[in-house]
Amino acid sequence: MSINWFKYSSPATFYPLAGKMVPFFGWLAAILMAGGLYWGFFETPDRLSDQKEYYRIIYIHVGAAWMSMWLYIVMAAWALAGLVFQTRLSFMIAKAIAPTGAIATFLALWTGAFWGKTSWGTWWDWDPRMTSELILLFLYMGYMALQSAIDDPRRADRAAALLALVGLVCVPIIFWSINCPDPNECAALHQTSNPGGGNMEPNILIAMLVTAFAFWMYSFAAILMRVRNIILERERHTTWVNELLEEKG
Amino acid sequence: MSAISDFFHAGGYGFYIWASYGAAILLMAGEIAIIKQQYRTILKRLSRMARMNASEEDE
Repeated sequence: MSINWFKYSSPATFYPLAGKMVPFFGWLAAILMAGGLYWGFFETPDRLSDQKEYYRIIYIHVGAAWMSMWLYIVMAAWALAGLVFQTRLSFMIAKAIAPTGAIATFLALWTGAFWGKTSWGTWWDWDPRMTSELILLFLYMGYMALQSAIDDPRRADRAAALLALVGLVCVPIIFWSINCPDPNECAALHQTSNPGGGNMEPNILIAMLVTAFAFWMYSFAAILMRVRNIILERERHTTWVNELLEEKG
Repeated sequence: MSAISDFFHAGGYGFYIWASYGAAILLMAGEIAIIKQQYRTILKRLSRMARMNASEEDE
């Protein structure tokens, strides 16, 4: 049996497929988020010895921070695929990821500030992980600004793709920034954040992983919705879009 | 205090917790609302363009 792997790399076939996937990911996100938060709020010990009730911020903070890094990797991968294979859809997906990634990055920073105020007594500090996460936010914004600054979509795609690939260096820096070689020099406020390895309460850990997965599903839904808009906009001169419009009336 | 207000008070950390959740709900709901609005705008504009093209062909 031969499968045509490139069938869905055409915008015309991907558009309806994405439309079918959006409700699936959307509902999955809502169910997982509700379940994870219920577990995190009501099935965990009320007060922990070292982390007081502000640990509830973790259910947004960790999910958003993971998505911010992961979405950047995925965005850069689609940008690279676009540069290598010259496929229009790859660039469209990369473009659709950027705003969702920027929102995740902003949320990670925002919730981190509120967490920091409660646990470290400060809204902001130039801790290595916070600083590199802030740079990631600027990279997302730079990608979007560059894309919208160039009128020709094909040139905009290629220029922004290069920026995304160069900026990729930021992700491993964020990831490993907690392993500070000399704590006196870079004063990492983030302690070990490896789930399972730390002394995290198991119920909190489960709820955190479920909500992080919910963020992932939400991102899929939002990105697929946005990529449909981009496809319509860019393919507006094609026959299939015109047929679609006739069907809609 | 009742259980509900205890829950929202969260041992004095309520402001920090709900400011985090509020931002998340606002941004995510806002993102979806903006995308849906864009979708409607694009459809409206494209179908108007299609109708204009069709009427030009009729003449």
